[in-house]
Amino acid sequence: MGEELRLSIAADVDVVEARQQGRALAAVAGFSSGEQTVIAAAISEIARNILMYAKKGEITLSLVQNGDRQGVSIIATDQGPGIPDIDRAMQYGYSTSHGVGAGLPGAKRLMDEFDVDSVVGRGTTITMKKWRRAI
Amino acid sequence: MEVPILRQGQYLIASIQSALTDADLSHLREALIAQVGRSRCRGVIVDVTALDVMDSFAVRTLRDIAHMARLRGAETVIVGIQPDVAFAMVQLGLTLKGVATVLDLEEGLAFLNRRTEERFLETKPKRPSERG
Repeated sequence: MGEELRLSIAADVDVVEARQQGRALAAVAGFSSGEQTVIAAAISEIARNILMYAKKGEITLSLVQNGDRQGVSIIATDQGPGIPDIDRAMQYGYSTSHGVGAGLPGAKRLMDEFDVDSVVGRGTTITMKKWRRAI
Repeated sequence: MEVPILRQGQYLIASIQSALTDADLSHLREALIAQVGRSRCRGVIVDVTALDVMDSFAVRTLRDIAHMARLRGAETVIVGIQPDVAFAMVQLGLTLKGVATVLDLEEGLAFLNRRTEERFLETKPKRPSERG
């Protein structure tokens, strides 16, 4: 525990790197390969959002533990324009960038915990976690 | 990472070898659509077996490839979606509606053979004896 992996997101190769690192960490946490792919997909969506809206930012990956449950935490931060209407941004199919509108709501569906903290003109922080299912 | 596009008879086969960036995917779309015209092909197979993740951008790009190729006279089929990738796509709520998907390359070729044959029969003028 305690070790963090901080990844800079400033180009589309960084999106691929982030999701691959996230998959590797999920494997360390003992997630099934299906869940590893789910976590990688969620990282891909929020990393792309950083590029599209803020141009650059950072993703921090870490292992987390709650009692005897193990999981992964993904924190995406940027100093971009912020999200003026979080409720709308969380609606499936809503996009201000000609995208699919699956980014934030899609990532939320994929994860167990999902929190958006955004201030217009200051930036956005998205914190998401996924917990391993008890066997 | 450029995706090699091979020509086999009347078909183009794009075989993705590794994880792709958004720019790689967009480039693949442009290259395929251009080559459909240049080689006058009737079918396109995109093999995604090696793709690590299909997120919203990848799905949209594959859908665009299929629709654009159809406008240029070629049918597209996506082959090789892995079980884990399918699992994540469904959870993300992503669909490839209107795009043919089959298990693997062999099925993809069989699918295109059937489809292009149907298309040919539909457009072939009927002989007088066949008319009602």
